[in-house]
Amino acid sequence: MRTERQFSRPIGRLQVDVDAIAECRALAADISAPVDELARSRTTVSLERACLRLVGVDGVEGEGTEAVPIPNRVVDEVRSAVGLECGVLIPFFHAVESGCGDIPSAARAVSSGECRPEWPEGLDLDLATERARKEAGIAVDLIASAATQRAEVIERVGDAPKPWLYLIVATGNIHEDIPQAVAAARNGCDIIAVIRSTGQSLLDYVPYGATTDGFAGTYATQENFRLMRAALDEVGEELGRYIRLTNYASGLCMPEIAAMAAMERLDMMLNDCMYGIIFRDINMQRTFVDQNFSRMVHSLAGIIINTGEDNYLTTANAVDSAHTVLASQFLNERLALSAGLRAEQMGLGHAFEIDPSVPDQIMLEIAHAQLVRECFPDAPLKYMPPTKHMTGNIFQGFLYDGMFNLVGALTGQDIILLGMLTEGIHTPFLSDRDLALENAGYVFGGATALAGELRFEAGGLVERRANQVLEETRQMLHKVADIGMFAAIEAGMFADTVRTPEGGKGLDGVIERAGGYVNPIEDELKTRVGVK
Amino acid sequence: MPAIKPYGDSTDDGLVQVSFTLPIGEPERARQSALKFAESMGLQRAQVQHMKAMGPDFTFFVVYGASIHTVDPDDIEIDERDFPELTSQEINRMIRETLKRQLVVVGACTGTDAHTVGLDAILSMKGYAGDKGLEYFGEMRVLNLGSQVTPEEVVTVVRDEQADAVLISQVVTQRDAHIVHLEQVRDALEAAGLRDRVVLIGGGPRFSAEQAAELGYDRIFGRATKPSDVASYLTWAVTERAKAHEPEAAPAS
Repeated sequence: MRTERQFSRPIGRLQVDVDAIAECRALAADISAPVDELARSRTTVSLERACLRLVGVDGVEGEGTEAVPIPNRVVDEVRSAVGLECGVLIPFFHAVESGCGDIPSAARAVSSGECRPEWPEGLDLDLATERARKEAGIAVDLIASAATQRAEVIERVGDAPKPWLYLIVATGNIHEDIPQAVAAARNGCDIIAVIRSTGQSLLDYVPYGATTDGFAGTYATQENFRLMRAALDEVGEELGRYIRLTNYASGLCMPEIAAMAAMERLDMMLNDCMYGIIFRDINMQRTFVDQNFSRMVHSLAGIIINTGEDNYLTTANAVDSAHTVLASQFLNERLALSAGLRAEQMGLGHAFEIDPSVPDQIMLEIAHAQLVRECFPDAPLKYMPPTKHMTGNIFQGFLYDGMFNLVGALTGQDIILLGMLTEGIHTPFLSDRDLALENAGYVFGGATALAGELRFEAGGLVERRANQVLEETRQMLHKVADIGMFAAIEAGMFADTVRTPEGGKGLDGVIERAGGYVNPIEDELKTRVGVK
Repeated sequence: MPAIKPYGDSTDDGLVQVSFTLPIGEPERARQSALKFAESMGLQRAQVQHMKAMGPDFTFFVVYGASIHTVDPDDIEIDERDFPELTSQEINRMIRETLKRQLVVVGACTGTDAHTVGLDAILSMKGYAGDKGLEYFGEMRVLNLGSQVTPEEVVTVVRDEQADAVLISQVVTQRDAHIVHLEQVRDALEAAGLRDRVVLIGGGPRFSAEQAAELGYDRIFGRATKPSDVASYLTWAVTERAKAHEPEAAPAS
């Protein structure tokens, strides 16, 4: 099984046009400037709810399928009483300061209609602001403590050697997920991702409590996060290897899920700047505002984001569209920097999805993977296994997964999402995960150190292909820069999908900020992660 | 044709390979259990060729054995589906060649139901269960109207966009609301004189395919429908309709 692996990131092995890389970065900065401006000028219902959650507003009103989360109720009440143009925190802390009780009691009082939110004036405004600033400081300390606690646990139990092997569990029932995750960790897995229930990304609230009724995945709830975290900490202690936990900060509740992830010390979050817009038809303003706030939370909590570029290749030809992956990575990198994320927190995604019948396809995969490695030398790259050409022929599929692992090893990919031989047939059997770990253990045990010894032939196929993709990326970013990010999305330049600034789901939850917008949590986050 | 058996490397050897996991750890008991289980499956002279403990409570097996069962291919009744299953290339090509323009699809959840999960699974690029949604097909133009859409809004969009097909999704229902909502859309299209110009499809977990006739729909899709089922049907139905309406190029023989 696992052997001592000498992991290194092979950089400088491929002669790529460094000027073109620099130009791509400069273009990405130009393109993303209006997105940063959008995030400064708007807020969203989910961003405001995330702030309430961070100061301790939680729970639900009502029962069963009728239950509405208290953060939703409070935001809705504040919105209808005084609007959200100046943020939810001042009206909420005015309720706290004016005798509605402590934070949970005040939240319940606002939620039930017992206490009607008001915008305070004079001394009341000073009191509410002072309290909001104090609680914001505590909330932001809580986010930061995720990073320090993680470091402490890793220091005590030991870290997993790279590459980190990443597996998904998805039973729908958190109590079933836990033994599967623990079994996977014992068999060599380093990262567990709990995939979400189908359609959760389109819910405008976060379900509550431990859940057992997800469909093709398990609901992301704070209690589910807590339960899985505790189980992985326990098995990590037993194994002497910290087991990382991943979930999805995407969809309509991206900021709230980011906040919950920080509070429960999750380690990695799927968090892409454009995925929701393109693939889920979520409104672009909503997504751009939400991703900025989420990423500041992730930055301070020491969470590694995983971006979703693999999706571009599952919906398009992986050779023709290779440059769309790299273009999106440059944009994801730039928008991550704008939110204070460091390079070592950028799990930029890409995938092994070339049609196996294409000549030289393994060499092309190496060219793409090595190009990404050269462009982002400090990023913990996340490499995604074949899915599109997994046909149900599990025997051939197992070989594809082996070749994927080999390309991952040769090009120094940090995070390896393990392919399943039964991909596309059913959610993985327990044995599918075990076989995937055996496959990975064999390949990474046998070839990881080879990354440090490989050189590519000057002018050879791999080098030529890498430079071709880089050039196509440069051209695409030029085109996007010429018309601007929003117009480019509207013109269908990403994944051939047309999305408009006013279209998609969740626009009604986007609110223009007034001059007097107050959000001490965001202010404090910006200060700590170094964002202006 | 005589009854046949699986073919390993000689006629009627009946050899099959199976792999499975049993929730048991203790090795010898696990191995014997796997053999007994294989025997219950009709495998004679079963052999465990590989077994591996997965944690303390599970064991994985690869087992070979000779099946006692036979099958007579002549006894099989083939239930042909009435529309072909098409690949994405075939879908795009058929639309291009027959319509010579994009196929326009309007999708909506009508009535009070705010659950777009089914509609989005079928329409959105991401699709469902690894199967890409209708947006994925370059030759389809998808207008996803979302939830709580009125039948009148559907009619307006169908007319303005000259839609070829309409998809109505219903997830949550009470007192047969899902049936009523589908009927309302059908009636609105009929009243506007558009019913015959579109392929009308309903879908949702409470429906079954047999309900199409009584509801006056061209097709009803029930639980576990994949986007590719809908895409194949739509392409087939719309292109068949277009061919039927084409002026005849030459008399058939």
